[in-house]
Amino acid sequence: MTTSATTTHYPAMTAAEPVETRTLCVLVDNEPGVLARVIGLFAGRGYNIDSLTVSETEHEKHLSRITIVTRGTAMVLEQIKNQLDRLVPVHRVVDLSAGGPAIARELAMVKVRGTGEHRLEALRLADAFRARVIDATTESFVFEITGSSDKIESFISLMLPVGLVEVSRTGVVAIARGPEGM
Amino acid sequence: MTEMTGAEMVIAALADQGVEHIFGYPGGAVLPIYDALFQQEKVRHILVRHEQGAVHAAEGYARSTGKVGAVLVTSGPGATNAVTGLTDALCDSVPLVVITGQVPTHLIGNDAFQECDTVGITRPCTKYNYLVKSVADLPRVLHEAFHIASSGRPGPVVVDIPKDIQFAKGRYFKPTEFDHRGYRPKLKGDPDKIKRAVEMMAAAKRPLFYTGGGVINSGPRASDLLRELVKLTGFPLTSTLMGLGAFPAADPQWLGMLGMHGTWEANWSMHDCDLMIAVGSRFDDRITGRLDAFSPGSKKIHIDIDPSSINKNVKVDVPIVGDCAHVLEDLLRVWREGGAKTDRKALDAWWAQIGKWRAKNSLAYRNSNEIIKPQYAIQRLYELTKDRDTYITTEVGQHQMWAAQFYHFQEPTRWMTSGGLGTMGYGLPASVGVQLAHPDSLVIDIAGEASVLMTMQEMSTAVQYELPIKIFIINNQYMGMVRQWQELLHGGRYSHSYTEALPDFVKLAEAYHAHGIRCEHPGELDDKIREMIEVDKPVIFDCVVDPAENCFPMIPSGRAHNEMLLGDATTRVEDAVTEKGKMLV
Repeated sequence: MTTSATTTHYPAMTAAEPVETRTLCVLVDNEPGVLARVIGLFAGRGYNIDSLTVSETEHEKHLSRITIVTRGTAMVLEQIKNQLDRLVPVHRVVDLSAGGPAIARELAMVKVRGTGEHRLEALRLADAFRARVIDATTESFVFEITGSSDKIESFISLMLPVGLVEVSRTGVVAIARGPEGM
Repeated sequence: MTEMTGAEMVIAALADQGVEHIFGYPGGAVLPIYDALFQQEKVRHILVRHEQGAVHAAEGYARSTGKVGAVLVTSGPGATNAVTGLTDALCDSVPLVVITGQVPTHLIGNDAFQECDTVGITRPCTKYNYLVKSVADLPRVLHEAFHIASSGRPGPVVVDIPKDIQFAKGRYFKPTEFDHRGYRPKLKGDPDKIKRAVEMMAAAKRPLFYTGGGVINSGPRASDLLRELVKLTGFPLTSTLMGLGAFPAADPQWLGMLGMHGTWEANWSMHDCDLMIAVGSRFDDRITGRLDAFSPGSKKIHIDIDPSSINKNVKVDVPIVGDCAHVLEDLLRVWREGGAKTDRKALDAWWAQIGKWRAKNSLAYRNSNEIIKPQYAIQRLYELTKDRDTYITTEVGQHQMWAAQFYHFQEPTRWMTSGGLGTMGYGLPASVGVQLAHPDSLVIDIAGEASVLMTMQEMSTAVQYELPIKIFIINNQYMGMVRQWQELLHGGRYSHSYTEALPDFVKLAEAYHAHGIRCEHPGELDDKIREMIEVDKPVIFDCVVDPAENCFPMIPSGRAHNEMLLGDATTRVEDAVTEKGKMLV
């Protein structure tokens, strides 16, 4: 026998394939444990979660919408969708990255501390990014900024040298363009 | 609508769902349900000796009848002991409803006595689970549980019922038309894809059916339709471990089981086919071996009720999501309506090639007059029981693979084995469930001495309920499959795979008030097997076999189908495997 013990018992990993990022919208019954089911699926099967947001969106029907940004190879992404779809409380899974143009937004609150020129610079940058001041003291601001994750990333990196203290982000919410619902 | 307690609702729902037997073990958090059980005669309770045994027994019951298996256990350890069985049922798609007691709602999360987070623990090992927090929800949840367990890809469903809900009074209603908003399994396959599949089948030169447990789960009609389609097309067929019996092993179009311990002809056909028709099988790693060398030249059609089984391991060309029986029926109809014809000439050449592979006689072994070879023991068991109404269960390991190779199944639901999870200790309790469902049939657990000791206590259940199960132990004193891997892959260092102190199985049988038989010589095997069959009691048969025997053929994991290892008794027909030989077909 020439097979080495380390490569036996289970098949070897398949060759690396390109990894893509996708935004999935999952419509679920808003029942106890539904989020645990979704997250447990990702954890148990080793899928990635880059961002996850959840809130009840249709109160009368008790439906919640979960938006998940995930990464994987084409085969893994197909698995993620199919695995989500077969969960009993899941109504629909829509891949917003695949089904035509979609809009994705994130909201962040960014706390900056500083005085003098730093303070003015923070305000100028916030203005350029259309961030709003939602709290102010003589030595700090809290900005509210909405936009794509990239835009928020660049705003945060610009705030770093002018006194970034803390960031709170919602994670991505997304919706398809055009008149059709999911 | 009738007013009753939650505990009474459980019994009413079980009865309304057609449950005749429930396997269980009482405890503090299910006492109200046990009290309700005591006061009725519709549902018969079978007391097991460990909750794992209850779940495996229900699995055996479910798989041999096609009905939903029912289990009742208490909170905490009752629920955690059931976890292995639940996972087993999830892997092998067995419909179960498992009712667990829970501490009263006001104590949940309080680390109360015998409390555990049952829904949290069982979430990944069930198809679905419920914690019932109001008695008003209980009838709906119970009926839903049965529907979800048995429809679509079947699986286990847990209903966790706190003790106060069992005492609470509410209105019970009978099962009604089920309309779950999100859960609607797809039964019919896409007609365009079915049409495409028929075209591909008609054009195929080296086609092969590769069928699995999904055919059996779909019900007897699926097996009938499969037989019809296989006859109509004249294509060869191989099956997974879970699919044995869906197609008769006596049929010449049967190539035997495929995969890690599959036959030479089945695995070579998988490797060399130009069209693979997967029906209710899931391209498990024990089937595919090395993925990048798996059936490299074939187009693949995959029929499965679970969309997540499709393109999981192997990319297929025509996925058809639907129930096997529905899809096979449509395939047959489209085939006939279109007057499809197979490529007879190409098929003849393909069968000629398969004949060469068959000539390898890959299951051959060297028999002995001195010592019982495990393969021989199972062959004799088969010969002496094949004309009877027989059901076979197994444990997990070498004996299981030998049983799959040497016990030939002609009908579905006759073979109960733990395939996906590979649970040692499955077979004995499963045989209890099978025997209960089929009291007049011969039920045999082909066991290993290591596996069977894991759930041996269920002998006591068999004796209590006068279930004459036959535990046929292939006793090689080793955890045989572990020993085989250690021999082949770990330099013969038999680390902890030898059982130093086995019980005397004959005395053990007697201690359980069962019947014990020991057989150590090939010459006495037939008579002793006949004795086992004739005794109208549970039997432990200690068949002492060659401890050094290995299970072949074998595809070491990480290898391809054409890299099979064979035993030294097989025919050397090397022309069948040369590159030139492959080019010819």
